[in-house]
Amino acid sequence: MKKIGVLRFSGTNCDRDVFSWIQLKGFHPEYLWHLDQFAINDYEALILPGGFSFGDYLRSGALAARSPVMKSVKEFSKQGGPVLGICNGFQILCEAELLPGALVKNEGRRFIDDWVDLQCVGVSSRFASQVKGSIRLPIAHGDGRYYLPEKDLQALWDSGQVWFQYRNENPNGSVQGIAGVLSKNKNIAGLMPHPERAIADWMGGTDGWSFL
Amino acid sequence: MSNKIKVGVKVMPREVILDTQGRAIEQALKLNQMPVGQCRVGKFIELEFQDSQEQALKQAEEIAKKMLCNPLIETYEIKVL
Repeated sequence: MKKIGVLRFSGTNCDRDVFSWIQLKGFHPEYLWHLDQFAINDYEALILPGGFSFGDYLRSGALAARSPVMKSVKEFSKQGGPVLGICNGFQILCEAELLPGALVKNEGRRFIDDWVDLQCVGVSSRFASQVKGSIRLPIAHGDGRYYLPEKDLQALWDSGQVWFQYRNENPNGSVQGIAGVLSKNKNIAGLMPHPERAIADWMGGTDGWSFL
Repeated sequence: MSNKIKVGVKVMPREVILDTQGRAIEQALKLNQMPVGQCRVGKFIELEFQDSQEQALKQAEEIAKKMLCNPLIETYEIKVL
């Protein structure tokens, strides 16, 4: 039976939430350590959880993006394997050049811990395929401002790579309120908000449940 | 006898990127009657090599490109120390 790999770096801190979420959905999670490579054919999907890998040293996600496990992630994604990066996971995927753009300090300079309204504007090959229209998810980040040079924005839209946008309010100054993006062939997805923190009523919302 | 060479890599945020540290320092300077036009904060990384100067610079260049600098949001300069 194929498994869903949950990547763990030093400083990852949403790994157990993601692990439980995968179990609750009836899939088979397995942790993957940053120093090890893995057999890509044993996995149906990979998730890079949030946190502060390597203390955000150098740049958020920069050191994690260059760790040994990412060689396997690149191989896996090259074969079309679905990869989801949440928060710090999104930063790692950008630093690994698996997703376009970069995530820099919030415009307001503060760490933000809040719930936000989001609009789904793109279609991933694997994640959130049931999600339509407007949803509400929590955010918790200091470096959540999505940046892509002005000249590259139109191409991102044209290729359907904008996945989610903040609705009503732009919490961190992201360019065009972009909260999530996709790779060109839509198998790699990155998102600043945390779907795994919104999968039960007692958490404050359930809109994250159907991301998997 | 080993021949150690130190190479410095200066990494600065691009002008289009909001430099939060720079802006905070700029405000603090203003509050302390030391106003400046603009204050920007980057990183300075010292790398030590055992090679010839030419080799060291070549390696530092590669390290800066592959890891120390994200060209989307930063620029870098290299010099022998």
